Amino acid sequence: MPISVSIPTLLRPLTQDQKRIEVEGATVRELIERMDNQYPGIKQRLLDGGEMHRFVNVYVNDDDIRFVDNLGTVLKDGDNVTILPAVAGG
Amino acid sequence: MAMTDQALLRYSRQIMLESIEIDGQERLLAGHVLVIGAGGLGSPAALYLAAAGVGRLTLADADVVELSNLQRQIAHGMTDLGRNKAESAREAALALNPDCRVEVLGEHLSGEALTAAVAAADLVLDCTDRFSSRYAINRACLAAGTPLISGAAIRFSGQLALFDPRDPESPCYACLYPPGEHGESDEALRCAENGVVAPLVGLIGSFQALEAVKWLSGAGTPHRGLSTFDGLSGDWRRFRVPRDPGCPHCAGR
Repeated sequence: MPISVSIPTLLRPLTQDQKRIEVEGATVRELIERMDNQYPGIKQRLLDGGEMHRFVNVYVNDDDIRFVDNLGTVLKDGDNVTILPAVAGG
Repeated sequence: MAMTDQALLRYSRQIMLESIEIDGQERLLAGHVLVIGAGGLGSPAALYLAAAGVGRLTLADADVVELSNLQRQIAHGMTDLGRNKAESAREAALALNPDCRVEVLGEHLSGEALTAAVAAADLVLDCTDRFSSRYAINRACLAAGTPLISGAAIRFSGQLALFDPRDPESPCYACLYPPGEHGESDEALRCAENGVVAPLVGLIGSFQALEAVKWLSGAGTPHRGLSTFDGLSGDWRRFRVPRDPGCPHCAGR
């Protein structure tokens, strides 16, 4: 059950510059674990003490997982996951 | 106050738009926008707002123009090096449109000065480059009930969101990016450490100005959610941003 994950420019050095990767996972937490197997180091950039880093939002399709079930948010075939770091530059 | 022939000519390309017309242009002329940050985003935003006929602008920035700013902060030029950015941007805005009333706040806006400046404006553009400022501006906008158009840009990525404290459905900046228990610090991404490609700030700052013109004139519908732009692929996307019932800034509003 591959899920398409959009990688922000900031993390693309970890994914060999791919902006989109395909990963399997039944929940967002599992997805991040499997991403880290394929692209080591990515989990450390996303999680902080087992929870999402507070300056990174994750969307499943158009919805922020904080308002669904956080890392427990269930994924289904064909979902699009977007990793979106907060940006402050002006 | 009726517009002069000169003003009718100056704004004719906007007045001919059926969603703006004379009434919308007059609303722009009566509008007062506070632009906080006169850097990469604030430069195009302030210039477009002045050019479009917003009657009154307040530009706030405590920094001075440096050579490394000129790659993208297009309100400033070589002769402005060392000058206050808000002063320099004021001069550029007035050169485009001397009928615009442009005021400068040259100190770092915080506390009561921030609250007063936000309360005096119809609309606030957050063009700052740090999270601590963004959270402070969000709080001030919530307290004053002033709508906030937030723009941000780093590397090749841009974001825009509009928050309206008077709309019970509207989230606030802290609903989108909740401040952590470590406080409202600056640990994340800034241009100074991460780089930014020049035209990206033009796109996002102009997008902020567009939303401001729409808001003030009444054209179209105000922006909803979070828009993101990836300059490397050219992709725009939009995400839903609900209110956070546990938001430390706006819960119980």
